[in-house]
Amino acid sequence: MKKVYSRPKYLKKVPMHYCPGCGHSIVAKLITELVEEMDIADRTICIPPAGCAVLLYNYFDFDCVESAHGRGGAIATAMKRVLPDRVIFTYQGDGDLAAIGTAETIHAANRGERFTTIFINNAVYGMTGGQMAPTTLFNQKTTTSQFGREMRRDGAPIKMSEMLATLDEGVAYIERTTVIDVPSIKKTKKAIKKAFQIQMDDIGFSLVEVLSPCPTNWKMNPLQSCKWIDEDMTKVFPLGVIKDITENKKVKEAVNAD
Amino acid sequence: MRGNTVVGEAAIRAGCTCYFGYPITPQNELPEYMSRRLTEIEDGIFIQSESEISAINMVLGASVAGARVMTSSSSPGISLKQEGISFLCGDELPAVIVNMVRGGPGLGNISPAQSDYFQSTRGGGHGDYRTVVLAPASCQEMADLTMEAFDISDYYRNPVLILADGMLGQMMEPVTFENYKPRELPKKDYIIDGAKGRPSRFVRSLILNTKDMEEHNWKLMRKYKMITKNEIKCDEFMMDDAKIAVVAYGTAARIAKGAVKRARKEGLKVGLIRPITLWPYPSEVIKKWARSVSLFVVFEMSAGQMIEDVELSLKGSSEVYFYGRPGGVIPTPMELVKIISSQYYQKGF
Ligand code: SF4
Repeated sequence: MKKVYSRPKYLKKVPMHYCPGCGHSIVAKLITELVEEMDIADRTICIPPAGCAVLLYNYFDFDCVESAHGRGGAIATAMKRVLPDRVIFTYQGDGDLAAIGTAETIHAANRGERFTTIFINNAVYGMTGGQMAPTTLFNQKTTTSQFGREMRRDGAPIKMSEMLATLDEGVAYIERTTVIDVPSIKKTKKAIKKAFQIQMDDIGFSLVEVLSPCPTNWKMNPLQSCKWIDEDMTKVFPLGVIKDITENKKVKEAVNAD
Repeated sequence: MRGNTVVGEAAIRAGCTCYFGYPITPQNELPEYMSRRLTEIEDGIFIQSESEISAINMVLGASVAGARVMTSSSSPGISLKQEGISFLCGDELPAVIVNMVRGGPGLGNISPAQSDYFQSTRGGGHGDYRTVVLAPASCQEMADLTMEAFDISDYYRNPVLILADGMLGQMMEPVTFENYKPRELPKKDYIIDGAKGRPSRFVRSLILNTKDMEEHNWKLMRKYKMITKNEIKCDEFMMDDAKIAVVAYGTAARIAKGAVKRARKEGLKVGLIRPITLWPYPSEVIKKWARSVSLFVVFEMSAGQMIEDVELSLKGSSEVYFYGRPGGVIPTPMELVKIISSQYYQKGF
């Protein structure tokens, strides 16, 4: 009999603390599958954030370093410079990456640091109980925007991926995906794989933004959450490749020359 | 060599391969020197970071990856680094942090000051932790203490702070780097460099279970006790028959030394106690002299911060007088001589 599915090798055999229907657990699984498939477990280092994914190191069976809230980009920068042949990625939520860690993110990307960022965008602060995030949509109700997000008071949902894409050649690849059905999950996996490959090929900074359901704080069931991403969130945060310099002739030649 | 560059060269010679920092006066010669010098070193890494916060987190990243790493700044910048310093302590990671203190609070000014004593010796960031604080008073000590700082930091897996000021940073004095005797250090078996040929591991400061968190705190305290036992440094000058002991460190101690010499010429029995480690504090030295000294004159370039440690050391067993100038004012030796002699005669020594 052919085995078509099993627990990824580098996902530790412990229960996850994520809520039912949460996108984090899917992405964690995809990463561990990739680490196995790409055979990079002995040189992969993850930098988890502060937030719902703070305990990632309890699930990943490869090396991890905790980060203070938002500082992943700075830690990854130094680690990758000291250990250039390791595969290093930060895993950050919207509060971590797009609010408190905006400076670290922008400048690491601008320097073209050769690490990957997995950016989980669920438009809300998950672990602290559902406060407004920098990516919260207009009119979206959260515990700190109880009548809905509003422009004059809260500003607009920030599009980090689009902003980062405007940076020069340091930024090699940015794609926005989601994890609401089998095709989108497969696409996310492909995107993360490409991002890892880009850092291994020494091309530049790579980031995959994943629109990820947070049923608990959205006060929806998992299916409603997926529908909300599909119908509302993707209107503000359209899916697809936002930047990719790997098709650029010069970059191709450089990679092939290696 | 100039003080700021002495620190840089000493770091390189002690095996520092990474420097991360953000420009701030009065310490800019140090990052400038490192930016050039680290290009000459194999594996040398220099990044001018986008912020102080970023710099200290780069320090954390390089440290956890196993490199010898340094950052430097001045007062307002060090305030910004406090979050990272707390994490370094919680994670038990080594790092050397230089603070060329300037007048404060707020933006203050760029003149030499000692008003960051509390911040340095009491923790500065959140949580129950300590950083080792070394206070050089000459270019030679800048060299010696910087080199030793890396060893202390690696040995105890704890950040070490070098506390100086713009005066020491700008000062030119001849130096030798030959005094350094590298310590025998334990293997870095905690670093994160990929789980090759070993089980995976992680470094973190988050410990949700309160019992475990308490134990982690006690473990740190046991370490700090060990540091207190082994690492205290203090200089004593003309103390043998002293009736008055001036207690001062760093630039203030240089001024105080001049004052003590002048007072001696006038026949006053005055000596100087100069703490070199501000944490751990040389309380035993202060206590020891309480038997023969009648008055301790604490002299600082602040409104009075180290005086608390002197009083804690003496526990009321001797009289303490404070003289200080905050705000970046550099007092003259004559100013202090006047204070010493008026106290001397008032008290009838
Ligand atoms: S709060 Fe939201 S993001 Fe956090 S674990 Fe639950 S569903 Fe996931």
